[in-house]
Amino acid sequence: MLLAMAIGVASVILLTALGEGARLYVTREFTSLGTNLLIVLPGRSETTGGPPPLLGETPRDLTLEDALSLKRSSAVRRVAPITVGSAPVSWKHRDREVTILGSTPDLFDIRHLSMAQGRFIPKGDPTRGSAVCVMGHKLKKELFGNDSPLGEWARIGDRRFRVIGVLAKKGQSLGLDMGDVVVIPVASAQALFNTSALFRIMVQANSRDAIPKAKKAILSMIRERHEGEDDITVITQDALLSTFDRIFTALTLSVAGIASISLAVAGILIMNVMLIAVSQRTTEIGLLKAVGSPGRQILSLFLAESVILSIIGAAFGLVIAFFATWALARAFPSFPISAPMWALGAATGVSLLTGLIFGVLPARRAARLDPVQALSRR
Amino acid sequence: MIYLAGIERVFQVGDEAVHALRNVDMTVEPGEYIAIMGPSGSGKSTLLNIIGLLDRPDKGIYRLENVDTTDLTDDEQASVRRHKIGFVFQFFYLVPRLTAAENVALPLILAGVAPSEREARVRAALAATGLSDRAKHRPDQLSGGQRQRVAIARATIMRPPVILADEPTGNLDRASGKDVIQTLEGLNKEGITLILVTHDPDLGNRAPRKLQMVDGRISGDTETL
Repeated sequence: MLLAMAIGVASVILLTALGEGARLYVTREFTSLGTNLLIVLPGRSETTGGPPPLLGETPRDLTLEDALSLKRSSAVRRVAPITVGSAPVSWKHRDREVTILGSTPDLFDIRHLSMAQGRFIPKGDPTRGSAVCVMGHKLKKELFGNDSPLGEWARIGDRRFRVIGVLAKKGQSLGLDMGDVVVIPVASAQALFNTSALFRIMVQANSRDAIPKAKKAILSMIRERHEGEDDITVITQDALLSTFDRIFTALTLSVAGIASISLAVAGILIMNVMLIAVSQRTTEIGLLKAVGSPGRQILSLFLAESVILSIIGAAFGLVIAFFATWALARAFPSFPISAPMWALGAATGVSLLTGLIFGVLPARRAARLDPVQALSRR
Repeated sequence: MIYLAGIERVFQVGDEAVHALRNVDMTVEPGEYIAIMGPSGSGKSTLLNIIGLLDRPDKGIYRLENVDTTDLTDDEQASVRRHKIGFVFQFFYLVPRLTAAENVALPLILAGVAPSEREARVRAALAATGLSDRAKHRPDQLSGGQRQRVAIARATIMRPPVILADEPTGNLDRASGKDVIQTLEGLNKEGITLILVTHDPDLGNRAPRKLQMVDGRISGDTETL
């Protein structure tokens, strides 16, 4: 029965730790994207609201001019238009199909990028694309090995681009492995892929408080440029983060709720054990009453016993949870598993409560025993 | 100090009502030594239980030291039991997990007496019953006579004015039984009222006052002879 309580407490703590870890992991990934970000996407997607319109809507393309116009807002600090496409990249006899990112120098600051070698896309007129490119470190390793690629001319699609920099290792950022891309100026990308439509526009607001103002400005400016049509979606990093936060918190709580069922089971076991104890100690209880113990005292005696049993079980559970968390942290170092304080407190508190609640019935039964009958039962 | 009038007690056994006590009247002065005798089923133990506040009468009045016990709450009853009455049972009823000293200390613990004072009183009580060397033994390491003496020490540790003994020697051999009776009589000589229930005539004859019970009634009282 102690084991049941221990398992109950340990599982509640572990599961909340896992849930909390998942939440932290996701929020960390998001914040690594950059700060005070807004993302503008072509096409209107409502996450709330009514049925789709009767008449089809063709969203207008997001153009480079749209992106550049956003800079005029005082709430906006940086703007990075993004085009994405896939093309073969080759150098000498080595080649690979790679994701090509077309953007402007602002992308460097917005995405907190860093260079391993050379420099990023140079500042200049973004409507005029120069033939330069920046490689991800993985791609560089594949094509150039340990040699320096700076100054070399790589072939991308049917054009040639001079390598001016290599990105430093950063790891995954929401699905896009920055080690495996090539960044070229946005105008060059548009020419390469023969499109004037942007994939996204990344906007960095001046400050956290400026984000809502920036969102309003973006929506109104693009609406103006798109002849009064509201055909873009603006996502704020904040909103995304808080949505994920809420989802994960709800997940963690429901999982912990399920684990609490095992605590209830442990409580029932305690009740059974105490009931058996009461029936076995009937003569003892009768004696206590004969010696002058009031019913109240006997009640508190048995209640105290079941609470102490819960405390011991909870202590075991805490120890098990501690070791399990430590072992999991060693096995998966990149996963921030950590049991939040409130879970520890809540699990212990609930186990105490369980001991109290399930101990009441046996304790009352003990207190109500008739001394004469209790003594005559041998 | 003990005054009973019109006491009735009925038990439900299955469908039948068993009249354990019918219209019992009894008065006991402080310091008396009384033996209640009679065949089994005559109601002796029930009468003792009512005097000891372990049971409540269905009808009648019971006054203990001028306090009417019928209106006492559960807490007040327990308090009276603790301070005014010492019970000695046939089957001793010691707590098997506790040592002799701890068993004797039980009423003191329940009354909330400080540990240092407890120790002194327990030591004195064990010395008085000749069990000082057995203080740390558990009941299963004691003989029957020793166990009963531990029970007597426990019954007297709170210095109650009344001791009730229900067949105290019923489970003992003659020699141990003699020891126990002598201990009880010693306490009576100090002024404690002693009421004994027994079906052994030799034991009963030692008491200066004898009550005979038959079928729930007092059929004879040597005091009224």
